[in-house]
Amino acid sequence: MNALSVRGLAKTYKNGVHALKGIDLEVEQGDFFALLGPNGAGKTTLIGIMTSLVTKSGGDVVVFGHDIDRQLEAAKACIGVVPQELNFNMFESPETIVVNQAGFYGIPRAEARRRAERYLKQLQLWDKRDKASRSLSGGMKRRLMIARALMHEPRLLILDEPTAGVDIEIRRSMWDFLRDINRRGTTIILTTHYLEEAETLCRNIAIIDGGRIVERDRMSSLLRRLHTETFVLNVSAPLAAAPRLQGYPVRLTDEQTLEVEVSNEQNLNDLFGRLSEHGIQVVSMRNKVNRLEEIFMRLVDKGVAA
Amino acid sequence: MTTLAEIVTPQPVHPGRARWIGFRTIVLREYQRIIRIWTQTVLPSAVTQALYFAIFGGLLGSRVGPMGGFGYMQYIAPGLIMMAVNINSYSNVVSSFYGAKWGKHVEELLVSPLPSWLIVSGYVTGGLVRGLLVGIAVTGVSLLFTNLHVHHPLIIAGAVLLTSMTFALGGFLNALFAKNFDQVSIIPTFVLTPLNYFGGVFYSVSLLPHWARAISYFNPILYMINAFRYGFLGVSDVSVGIAFAIMAGAAVALFIIAIVLMERGSGIRE
Repeated sequence: MNALSVRGLAKTYKNGVHALKGIDLEVEQGDFFALLGPNGAGKTTLIGIMTSLVTKSGGDVVVFGHDIDRQLEAAKACIGVVPQELNFNMFESPETIVVNQAGFYGIPRAEARRRAERYLKQLQLWDKRDKASRSLSGGMKRRLMIARALMHEPRLLILDEPTAGVDIEIRRSMWDFLRDINRRGTTIILTTHYLEEAETLCRNIAIIDGGRIVERDRMSSLLRRLHTETFVLNVSAPLAAAPRLQGYPVRLTDEQTLEVEVSNEQNLNDLFGRLSEHGIQVVSMRNKVNRLEEIFMRLVDKGVAA
Repeated sequence: MTTLAEIVTPQPVHPGRARWIGFRTIVLREYQRIIRIWTQTVLPSAVTQALYFAIFGGLLGSRVGPMGGFGYMQYIAPGLIMMAVNINSYSNVVSSFYGAKWGKHVEELLVSPLPSWLIVSGYVTGGLVRGLLVGIAVTGVSLLFTNLHVHHPLIIAGAVLLTSMTFALGGFLNALFAKNFDQVSIIPTFVLTPLNYFGGVFYSVSLLPHWARAISYFNPILYMINAFRYGFLGVSDVSVGIAFAIMAGAAVALFIIAIVLMERGSGIRE
């Protein structure tokens, strides 16, 4: 059984905007799935329909076998959602927020308090459990929403940019936490603008643009399809002009920095050999952009061009 | 650190019990809100009604003379209590639910498996709780000024419950349609307060000229106040049976409308 099956999903808002134009999507049980797309592509609308915050104009959504048109309550019980915008009562304490959320899912109060302690501790919020939520830092507020979404132990966790505005240390610890719950069986759908995050965490990916799925593949397969990568090389001595290297387009971005495109058929040893022939010593190198970002930009640009 | 592996999956909760827990959670949250901001929710009505008793009942009332066979202060006390109950029931739900919409935490409920009727019931019960708390506070204040004897306790209870529910439902509908905080305060200020004043809080409609009395009979609050007053004093300007039919009819009709609008997502879903 799939965690999520979406067929022909369409949404037209009252102002005439076609946010979704017939989306088909399947997410397997246990997957860690990336749903990527530029701003306004339709990601949040898609999530809104899955969680019943947005009414669909057409199509079907089935969550763990429960059609949202016929078994909405059962479908909702399977889903935990961490929205993009903060949506908890800023005057309530973290513990009250998560315990109440468990109550909305029918979890008895004693059990809810046990779970609150567990998740608030796991997300390093236990010390702040009695404080007004408005006094929490941005990262803590994000983690509070994750704790809240987990209180009913959903089979499908939807994270809409969960690490936006979170510092790198906290983000890494959140990655570890999410990997852990995914490993233990929770299916996760992640939208993020940090493509490194998607590449690091997710096994499968869909890219949505202009209300349509423009790509759906395994992450590893998609990355293999990247024919060329651009490397940024820092060189030891200043250069007056970019060297001419047979088969490698090269650009001098400043006197000690080169950008070189390398295709799948070429290799870095060959590149370094050619640079040595020109007396150029490479001090360090890096990818110009994250690999997934490069594919993403190409797919989305193609969509814009079309 | 505890890991998820250590979680002991609890026994599944029966769907009926799960719904009861959800309903109780909404009510408890509303109760905690009322108590947390009691200086905004309970105290103002107690103070306002004390002023009404002091000025209308004490200073002016002594010159008005008896009404309906009772002292003026005694006559207006049920109306003042009922006015506090209906305005507070309304205000609680409209401000709480609109606040949840504005702060987006209404989404906590909307993504949960709670059915619409249960969410409406939870908020209405929250309004009922505030109406009753304020009603008790105002009754306490009124006892400082006059004696209240109870003619028919079941009629008092029925009238206060139905009125409170009706106004709480009205507040819920207001919150569904409200797009800003101005629209939250318009109806209590410009509709409910005048309807209460012209609904026989301070007088018997039998004192009005024929045309004014005829218009008053279209005011639903007249029936609520008179049914409640009948429970205390045994006098009413309207048939108590008709008053209860109107209150029950209004409560049922508004409940159905609220559920239909929730199901359609009016004002809460895009």
